[in-house]
Amino acid sequence: MRVSKRATSAIALSAAAALVASGCSSGEGDGDAAASKDGSIVIHGVQPENPLVPSNTTETGGGKVIDWLWTGLVEYPNDGGAPRNALAESIDTKDSKVFTIKIKKGTKFHDGTEVKAKNFVDAWNWAAYSPNGAQNGTFFSDIAGFEQTYTSDPDGEGPQKAPAPTAEKLSGLKVVDDQTFEVTLSAPTAVFPTKLGYSAFMPLPDVFFTQKPEEFGKKPVGNGPVKFVSWEDNVLIKLTRFDDYNLRDKMKLKDVDVKLYQDENAAYSDLLANNLDFMETVPTSALAGDKWKTDLGERGLSTTTPSTALIAFPTYDKRFQNPKLRRAVSLAINRQEISDKIFFGTRKPADSWANPLTPGAKPGNCTACKFDATEAKRLLTEAGGFTGEMVFYYNADSSHADWMQAVAQQVKTNLGIEARAEGVPTFAVFRQNINAHKMTGPYRAAWQQDYPDVENWVNPLYVTGGSSNDGLYSNPQVDALAKQASAAPSLEASHEAFSKAVELVDQDVPSIPIYFYGQQSGHSEKIKKLELNNVGELDITSVEL
Amino acid sequence: MGRYLLRRLLQLVPVFIGTTFLIYALVWAVPGDPFAGKCGERRCPDQYIAFMTEKYHLDQNVFVQYANYMKNLLQGDFGQTFSQREISDIILTSYPNTLKLALVALAIEAVIGLGAGVLTGLRRNGFLDNLVLVSTLFLIALPVFVVGFVLQWLLGVQWGIIKPTVSSEMRLSELIVPGFVLGSASVAYIARVARTSIAENRRADYVRTAIAKGLPMRRVVGVHLLRNSLIPVVTLLGTDLGALMGGAIVTEGIFGINGIGRQVFRAIVTKESATVVGIVVVLVLVYLVMNLLVDLLYAALDPRIRYE
Repeated sequence: MRVSKRATSAIALSAAAALVASGCSSGEGDGDAAASKDGSIVIHGVQPENPLVPSNTTETGGGKVIDWLWTGLVEYPNDGGAPRNALAESIDTKDSKVFTIKIKKGTKFHDGTEVKAKNFVDAWNWAAYSPNGAQNGTFFSDIAGFEQTYTSDPDGEGPQKAPAPTAEKLSGLKVVDDQTFEVTLSAPTAVFPTKLGYSAFMPLPDVFFTQKPEEFGKKPVGNGPVKFVSWEDNVLIKLTRFDDYNLRDKMKLKDVDVKLYQDENAAYSDLLANNLDFMETVPTSALAGDKWKTDLGERGLSTTTPSTALIAFPTYDKRFQNPKLRRAVSLAINRQEISDKIFFGTRKPADSWANPLTPGAKPGNCTACKFDATEAKRLLTEAGGFTGEMVFYYNADSSHADWMQAVAQQVKTNLGIEARAEGVPTFAVFRQNINAHKMTGPYRAAWQQDYPDVENWVNPLYVTGGSSNDGLYSNPQVDALAKQASAAPSLEASHEAFSKAVELVDQDVPSIPIYFYGQQSGHSEKIKKLELNNVGELDITSVEL
Repeated sequence: MGRYLLRRLLQLVPVFIGTTFLIYALVWAVPGDPFAGKCGERRCPDQYIAFMTEKYHLDQNVFVQYANYMKNLLQGDFGQTFSQREISDIILTSYPNTLKLALVALAIEAVIGLGAGVLTGLRRNGFLDNLVLVSTLFLIALPVFVVGFVLQWLLGVQWGIIKPTVSSEMRLSELIVPGFVLGSASVAYIARVARTSIAENRRADYVRTAIAKGLPMRRVVGVHLLRNSLIPVVTLLGTDLGALMGGAIVTEGIFGINGIGRQVFRAIVTKESATVVGIVVVLVLVYLVMNLLVDLLYAALDPRIRYE
């Protein structure tokens, strides 16, 4: 996942569907094919934090460019439907444990070499070998042999060093021939093929292994619809159409310049002056009073993205261990009011545990998300009240103060307890406290799915030891159900089992969903047609002038 | 003169070491683990943190880290950012941009500030004097970001005279508005200092003598009066270059200029001591050299001043 302070990168659900739903379709008919053919656009970007290596990128700035430069085995359609094969010819399995993956013949990397099965196997082995320090290394933990290639610090806290891995390669990966490879997982995982569209699973060309990763990352070679031209730090990333692309539609334009802004207001001014052709998210300042609608008119579009803002409880703090108290807090929050008054309707009040745009999610399954002050009061009394002050924490370096304060105020008014919101200066300090399990009150969190499946909204967040279960919530029944769901023979069965796990989560309220994210974007007069992908990024191949 | 210069240059050494260590230690003391927020809402894999900690010697104490840094710096190695980019590259690309912007601002300050100062100093209490007085008061009172956003919105978005942001080529014509914004407060100060200085010297004996000798007014003002009144203005302008470069962060942000302000800000937030120090070291040098230059200029402007 990667959301929050920076938004996020690659993956998942639909925007185009939402576009239509919100009556904000961006296409005013088709563009002029001739104008598009040699056309170029300038779009908003931010300087990537790391060299552009797919398995080492976890933030939006670089993630967006990586999504354009690479095409994976599967891709997530813009309308948010189930993943479909892209580079994969077929992904076959009998038991959700051993997968035989066949890739399409004759597709090329930007340097002209053919994409072969070994490009996947080598790339995955590289990322899963812990001394390489890839940020996305843990995405390969499903694959057999991961424990041997990826070792951790024994106590998780330092200063002890992790032991050296005993193997350099994942034993679960086997190249069969140029177009085929076999993946053996350590346990059956129905959702594994869905994961393969995530950027960590992209293939790497042979040239990657002949140089330092950071050198490669400054001049990345991918296999997607656009190829890399140049990158001037903090200024511009130049991309151009890859003419040999044959997996899907080629890009209709010729050149794409990603202008790297440090200040979104500067970018917004450029957008208003038609000096910038696309901006994914207009600045918060332009949302107040619907200013962006007046500013942009027809050029603005509103979508929803598969991300949810939550408030998590530190269940390791014994004051927050009573589910009734947690439920009381959740019921005391009037989400509709927050959505209307603070976000001017650009965020939707949350009413389900997984974002409703996610396949397998059940809309409306969060019974704790209602606003019911009487019931809240009753539960609080049952829980024995709350003594002391309930402090809601957020990171103050991003615009969270308004809604967090509103939440605290509502809790104070509706439950009659001492509640207030407090900002932690930076995201780094905030996360440090969360990682160290030192939070002394409920805190804001956000989640954007890595891949479009309800599994991604349960296992990392609510299963004991889950990668983002920072509040240390643990319910053996949920664990058992989630395990069963993950190993289900089909996605349908898996979704059904997950919904049972979510029902238990709904009773325990380890965190409280507050709102579903919305996205307000804008484009210049020059662009006649565009689509956004499942996470609200620009689908670069769809743009027409 | 030579000995004076040498003494001044030697003084730079302790100042240099002192400032770099202070800055290094301050950034080191910024709370927060540099890798705690790097992977979004999920904690970074231990292996990634271990890899980065070892690579950047973050497990050592601040003195060892600083000593390591200085050792490399003296060999011309500025080190790498946490994104594995050469800091020297960042300095080389962002410094010229900020310098360009600061020089444009300085030129605007000198021309507008000095012009307004001379005109008003000669004709005090006239309409022009009052106009300049009020408008400079206005500029001093307005924060830079207000001037910046208003001009950008008015000229760039509403009237379309300029592009709202500066392109990567950094053409001189594009830098005029950002330069004015950056220098706006200083323009006001310079105008006021020049006005006072001119007005005061206007009554000096040597001016009266020059006029009595029958010299043309242009020569009296241009050579005698201006030259003697320049000392406080030069002091202001000289030290301002350093301040402009350090203070360009807001202007750079508004107009999308890739300068050092952005780099320093980013580096402080991510606790990259090496980047902050690398950039500030050069800034410190600019300050010191400009100060020295201003002192030497005094002697050129006023022959009574001599350095031994």
